[in-house]
Amino acid sequence: MSGPLVIAGRELRSRLILGTGGFANHEVLADALAASGADLCTVALRRVDPAARGSILDVLDAAGVSVLPNTAGCFTARDAIITAQLAREAFETDWIKLEVIGDDRTLLPDAVELIAAAEALVDDGFVVLPYTTDDPVLARRLEDVGCAAVMPLGSPIGSGMGIRNPYNISIMVERSGVPVVLDAGVGTASDAALAMELGCDAVLCASAISRAHDPVAMARAIRLGVEAGLLARGAGRIPRRLHAEASTPAQGMPALDAPQA
Amino acid sequence: MRVFVNGEPRELAAGTTVAGVVQAFAGAPDGRGMAVALDGAVVPRGSWQETELADGARVEVVVAVQGG
Repeated sequence: MSGPLVIAGRELRSRLILGTGGFANHEVLADALAASGADLCTVALRRVDPAARGSILDVLDAAGVSVLPNTAGCFTARDAIITAQLAREAFETDWIKLEVIGDDRTLLPDAVELIAAAEALVDDGFVVLPYTTDDPVLARRLEDVGCAAVMPLGSPIGSGMGIRNPYNISIMVERSGVPVVLDAGVGTASDAALAMELGCDAVLCASAISRAHDPVAMARAIRLGVEAGLLARGAGRIPRRLHAEASTPAQGMPALDAPQA
Repeated sequence: MRVFVNGEPRELAAGTTVAGVVQAFAGAPDGRGMAVALDGAVVPRGSWQETELADGARVEVVVAVQGG
């Protein structure tokens, strides 16, 4: 994995995709966005509020970043498909972060509805980036129906629990013919670094940055975590061993015994 | 006639179009960054001017917000 990240033929400068949910206001978002270096940001669609101050699109336009609309909050394939179509109208992009949620408490994907929605949206010309579980078989099914990437969770959305099953993420990376983007569960920079060390192509992160005590500093930290993990992956880590292996040679040790009295 | 705009009942003149609703209720007359669903189906921006609402219509006007 060298060179820039390419999804559906489009080159992205950054391997950190910023989720915009949870920022206290547009000013903090703008500063965190700059610190993150991201050039792709998620947005959601909700009923218009005529009293709302400013548009998030103005913030993203000013920063020169592209919009990745999501279908957050959709529980059925039908709702997700219509939401994606609304997003295409609103933002003039056919890229969609597909989320079809199974229940409110875990926010885990509903695999059956997810596959159905992904297939329909691919057929309708969308570039589909599905939020999925860390199940390598489901990831393969999503790739088979034509998704442009797969975006497994490390742990539930907003949980900050990091990557609970790194072996599954490794298996997905090993098998996947499309980019693998770790999409949920990052709590801090080391989680993002681990995702990249496992071979993920990118990290998508919202709450870990937006809900940090200092979102701008955390945006920079996670950006550096992504870069560090990518470098480390390329550098090739040493194997894990049960027992120690001295790095200093034993040969040439001086004899330091005291003379016998 | 009575239509529902984002779930709120509104009394509107017969012949009101989707474009009219966007202008009246959305706070952004040009509808930039907005999309409209009418009775559960997307109305393309190019059809807003000519799409008239029927009595009882359910109109959803959505816009970008922070998320995900």
